[in-house]
Amino acid sequence: MTKLYYLAHSRAGDKGNTSTLSLIPFNEEDYPLICEKVTVEKVREHLWSFLQGDIIRYELDNIKSLLFVCEEALSGGVTTSLSLDPHGKCLSSLLLEMEI
Amino acid sequence: MKDTIRIGCGAGFSGDRFEPAVILAEKGQLDYLVLECLAERTIALAQQQKQINPELGYDPFLERRINSLLPFLARRKITLITNMGAANPLAAARKVKELCLKQGFNFKVAALTGDDVLSSITGNEKVIENNRTISESGILVSANAYLGIEGILEALAADADIIITGRVADPSLFLAPMVFEFGWTLAEQLGQGTVIGHLLECGGQLTGGYFMDVAGKQVSNPANLGFPIAEVSKNGTAVLTKVAGTGGSLNLRTVKEQLLYEVLNPHRYATPDVIADFTKVRLKELGKDEVLVTDGTGTEAGNLLKVSVGYKAYYLGEGEISYAGYDAVDRSKLAITILEERLKSDEVQEIRYDLIGLNSINEDKLNVRSFPYDVRLRVAAKCTSKAAAQRIGEEVEALYTNGPAGGGGCRKYCKEVIGIHSVFMEKDNVPFKVTLV
Repeated sequence: MTKLYYLAHSRAGDKGNTSTLSLIPFNEEDYPLICEKVTVEKVREHLWSFLQGDIIRYELDNIKSLLFVCEEALSGGVTTSLSLDPHGKCLSSLLLEMEI
Repeated sequence: MKDTIRIGCGAGFSGDRFEPAVILAEKGQLDYLVLECLAERTIALAQQQKQINPELGYDPFLERRINSLLPFLARRKITLITNMGAANPLAAARKVKELCLKQGFNFKVAALTGDDVLSSITGNEKVIENNRTISESGILVSANAYLGIEGILEALAADADIIITGRVADPSLFLAPMVFEFGWTLAEQLGQGTVIGHLLECGGQLTGGYFMDVAGKQVSNPANLGFPIAEVSKNGTAVLTKVAGTGGSLNLRTVKEQLLYEVLNPHRYATPDVIADFTKVRLKELGKDEVLVTDGTGTEAGNLLKVSVGYKAYYLGEGEISYAGYDAVDRSKLAITILEERLKSDEVQEIRYDLIGLNSINEDKLNVRSFPYDVRLRVAAKCTSKAAAQRIGEEVEALYTNGPAGGGGCRKYCKEVIGIHSVFMEKDNVPFKVTLV
């Protein structure tokens, strides 16, 4: 088992109540491994307290990266959330805490 | 017509640093400088400013940014495009013209208006986020359509040196000069241009900002982070780079992160100009801080524009207080139990308690013995009235003498929160206008 943090990097983005989380392996050779291990189910389980809605995983073979688009992830939305981090900017770091 | 143009991004949000744009204008050999300063909610807040004073409602940093850039725009013959007009592009353009004349430059300044569609909102439009009608969101304070490249193209054709817009889709600010210079018309070309615009629009986020850490993702000289430039060719290929000697890094990793940033569907990234496809994009590192971007493509855009609608959401009340030492967490939890009872009210719709902390009280910051050494209790609530929101902080403050032992450093805060919902509107119902001042 290893932390995702050592294999890949991530950037969180926000649109309304949707969080986008990219997952980009440091070495492109690790892309198949990341695709195999970091499934939608695994992400939902790992970030269960945030991700309330549908999650779509896009596989961008052209840049050997994944993109998770997570609905209902930002406590109602960036502009009205009571969270200290209403944009969910910190979610990328939490995603990388996943053990695979 | 030129075969290549250089476009720099000198700001990625309203509060961005000032120096990078000046460095770009001075040393970037730019043809165009774009300042993207308008977040989703900024325009709603600016609209309220405009209601108080009809000559305001534009970006609060407009004068500071423009003043610092004018000499370089003149010397290097750079065209400036910015959405700092916010809720009042006309007043902003008049102000910019005044600043130009003060510095002795007779620039042509253009204002693009038409994005403000509040008076066309019927209230029956469906909210994209929740499928209810927009009138159910609350009292509406603003409605701004995301315009595309057309208005900026008209201003460029009128030979404007400085173009001030309100709400325009961010990538369109960058795509417009490409289309103007290269005469692009095909969706494939607009798609690739939108990819380039999307990569540039957040400024330092392409060059190591929001990227760096201290282990695997170090960047050089981060304090002097330089902002990005795209050298775009007529055939659509672009080389991303930055001014030599500035800090940060621009490489495959930083570009991949930004390419996917805030993308809801990489197959269909919709703007008013095109539906861009990011899944064919190819990236190649050419050298230090140089990445080649090719193969972005797209299909024709629909005839609907997204409209951001600002509405009065609630009053936010906040209070914070710190507890330190052995049972800091337990005393914080006791404080929460007390507040839960004291803050019971029909006017409090939702309340949230956070325990924050590592070593904010301890002076000997590097020698944290217990974990956590101290805790800061934060209380935040959505309230239906200002008085109820103010009471949140007041009750937290009252914990000093009416709560657990050793509570310190109380702060309180209250403000009205404007929420944003989106609706669609037919393009034909959103006429734009270019005014030269």
